[in-house]
Amino acid sequence: MSTSSAIVARGLQKKFGAVTAADDLQIEIAHGARVSLIGSNGAGKTTFVNMLTGYIKPDAGEILLDGRSIIGLAPRQIARLGVARSFQIPQLYKDLSVQDNLLAAIAAQQSALSFWRPANHPESVARAHEILQRFDLLVHADRLVSELPGGVRKLLDIAMALTRQPTVLLLDEPTSGVSADEKFPMMDTVMRALEGSRTTVLFVEHDMDIVARYSERVIAFYSGRIIADGIAEVALAMPDVKRYVTGEMIAVNDHA
Amino acid sequence: MTLRDSAPLRTSLIGLICIAILLLAGTAMPRWLTFLLTMSFANGIVALGIMLLMRSGVVSFGQGLVFATGGYTAALGFGMLGINDGLLLTLGGGLVAALVAAPFAWLIARYRGIFFAMLTLALSMVLYGVLVKSTVFGGSDGLNIGRVSYLGMRPADAWVSYANYAVTVVVVGIASILMRVYFDSVRGLVALSARDNEIRVEYLGSSVQSLIATNFIIAAFCGGVGGALAVIALGHIEPDYSYWTRSGDFVFVAILAGHHSVLAAFIASVALELVRSFSSAYFPHSWQLAMGLFLLAVIRFLPTGIGSLWAARARSSSTQRGAA
Repeated sequence: MSTSSAIVARGLQKKFGAVTAADDLQIEIAHGARVSLIGSNGAGKTTFVNMLTGYIKPDAGEILLDGRSIIGLAPRQIARLGVARSFQIPQLYKDLSVQDNLLAAIAAQQSALSFWRPANHPESVARAHEILQRFDLLVHADRLVSELPGGVRKLLDIAMALTRQPTVLLLDEPTSGVSADEKFPMMDTVMRALEGSRTTVLFVEHDMDIVARYSERVIAFYSGRIIADGIAEVALAMPDVKRYVTGEMIAVNDHA
Repeated sequence: MTLRDSAPLRTSLIGLICIAILLLAGTAMPRWLTFLLTMSFANGIVALGIMLLMRSGVVSFGQGLVFATGGYTAALGFGMLGINDGLLLTLGGGLVAALVAAPFAWLIARYRGIFFAMLTLALSMVLYGVLVKSTVFGGSDGLNIGRVSYLGMRPADAWVSYANYAVTVVVVGIASILMRVYFDSVRGLVALSARDNEIRVEYLGSSVQSLIATNFIIAAFCGGVGGALAVIALGHIEPDYSYWTRSGDFVFVAILAGHHSVLAAFIASVALELVRSFSSAYFPHSWQLAMGLFLLAVIRFLPTGIGSLWAARARSSSTQRGAA
């Protein structure tokens, strides 16, 4: 496996009691790739994401980010190395305005948090506006997050993750909780915002329409193992994927 | 330089004008009022430290620890080391309080909610026990402190109260300006967002534990400064400074003020002193009842404190950071 890839996972193992959530996972993902991680509940995709973000530590194996091992690092250290994520339930600052959420995200990524420099320094505000513009959120800039509809919260959650210009962006069920009418326009907005970037995007997604339309490659999990890995239309047509994933697709989050 | 770019400068200018007004007003005040305001401001800066912690999502029930540390440092500095300068004693009180708090900061910053509050309360009660039993600290009688000088000048009898008031106003005023600048800073916003959602802050690359630990030490410095100022004005300190009911007073002021506005901490502190002074004068056995009803009314009608009255109005794009 090449270490010049954005992500290289070798021999990843993780057990929760008798349940094997990761069974010798071997994954390599190139820079700039758009990859969907699919699987039914307990298949192991969320475990993989949690190991990648440092939330849980694998029992064995290693993960390289841009050639550097990230095993044993805390989520914030991994975030600083370039792994950003959005959440199935948007993790926002509900008592702050949309713009202040962006400013807080921009502030949090500074290596030495200044006691003096205003958080709403014109350079930071300009950067926040530029990101909000890319996500069509500028119109909401002054609204409190607690007043926003679900779809806008989802977009803001992803926009905050992108403030760091990450090497890897993990989108945990980006369209869950979004109405059928809104999900494609929302994903179009996200993909437009990512245009031209070298960011590797990993979706954890249950919606096969989203998977088929927006990802170049699909990695299918079942019982902690990878049962399919290839370009979207080929992987989705594989018998094991039909049998264990798409045939049993349900809209409940995978907590494995 | 745009208006936003000059935020620290603007904050400083507003703060300095407030200090000048208070200094001028002090010359026309009756002595009882200058003393009441001196004590209110000294207590207010301790509550300001709690406000800083509240902005990062935790509340200390043990600020009596640092208040007493600052006060005893001033008293011992005066009595044992022969330091007569009130400003040096005040600065020393703040620094020693910060040093006392520092070894516990990273441990305590791992806890949240009631555990954080109880750990801080426990530390303050440990100090209370030490103070009561130790002869070097004067045991349960405490220590006295004589009249101090300021920058080599010893105020005349008629001006002692005003001198203490003026120094308190200047010290607390400068600390308040710096605190407002901090609230509005990059670090201040990240701490405020940690209050809302720690997970997000961590996944954006910042350490919430480090933010809280730093704020705990800054709050300790504020508490020590407040303790030293109070002791200089009162001329006496006793172990009750570290007792949990004293910490409760500071929490009371901080809850009354809310976490939005620096100014609110001092308004709340003055309100507490006024209610306490007049209630104890006219209703000596039921002033706590008046205090309780007062707090209930604030919690019911202003759940995020009196600072929310003008912070909400000031909300624009820089929502909660624009208040005075």
